[in-house]
Amino acid sequence: MLGTWPCPEQIPGNSCDELAICCDTGGDRRVLVLPALFEEANKLRHFTVEVMRELQQRGVTSVLPDLAGCNESLQVLGEQTMASWQDQARAAASHFNATHILTIRGGALLDPGHLPGVRYAPIEGLNLLRGMLRTRVISDKEAGMNSDRDTLLEQGKAHGLTLAGYRLGPAMIAQLADALPPHSMATQIAHSAVGGGALWLRAEPAHEPQQAAKLATLVADETG
Amino acid sequence: MPRAMATNLPAKTDKIEETELVLRQVLADVLGLAPGQVAGFSADSGLFGYLPELDSMAVAGLLTEIEDRLDILIEDDEIDGEMLETFGALLAFVTDKRQAV
Repeated sequence: MLGTWPCPEQIPGNSCDELAICCDTGGDRRVLVLPALFEEANKLRHFTVEVMRELQQRGVTSVLPDLAGCNESLQVLGEQTMASWQDQARAAASHFNATHILTIRGGALLDPGHLPGVRYAPIEGLNLLRGMLRTRVISDKEAGMNSDRDTLLEQGKAHGLTLAGYRLGPAMIAQLADALPPHSMATQIAHSAVGGGALWLRAEPAHEPQQAAKLATLVADETG
Repeated sequence: MPRAMATNLPAKTDKIEETELVLRQVLADVLGLAPGQVAGFSADSGLFGYLPELDSMAVAGLLTEIEDRLDILIEDDEIDGEMLETFGALLAFVTDKRQAV
């Protein structure tokens, strides 16, 4: 179930091994999963892997690659950009011979665009960033400091910024602020199609099996 | 921006009740509680600083979701410990915001 994949580095031609979770059925429907980003990735990790298990039960292979700087990766997150992650997503699609894609929340921003599948509850980069900036404003207030999102954003674009525990480089912040889900062959579905309370809103990571089963059914239908 | 329902504005009390309902729903989503449990929140129920799971990250998500569902904008300088301290204080803040729209 665990393997590695050659993740391209920013120096052209170089790659480093990153981890990938694979739920293989041996069938010819292969879904590349591009997970939620940053804190939302933590909130949705259990859900994401559960969707993959549910897909396996429906005869669909899925693979979830670590991007550089995420999860088990030894690469420095602060050196990554949206462009480098987009390159990595494209490379992963090719390496794993993906026939379909499932993007979750901010994962839609990394969609290579050429694969059919499902784009679940996509979020624009600026909205994702503003949520993280707001977290910073609130924790600054708790610490007795006054900050505001516009100033922090400008500061981040110039020098990088630590947001919600993630050290992001200036290029990542600037690119995230402008990032929109690109044109895609995947079908967009809103959270209401899955039902229940959105798990990325939870204060603590949580799991609701019926949500994972519902999303897996929607994805399996798209691949069928 | 006025919503489509602006042509058929609900009475003021309806709007207040709707605000409270949405706020309870968002809290249920954030805290992972059943609707019945959040229905038990009173004006004095403590939030930020009382519920350990409600950290700055969760509060940021809570406020953003409230903005989206109630079509309001909360400025950074409006966020303070007092308006987040109790359910009643947060409800009063959000209700005022909606009346001002």
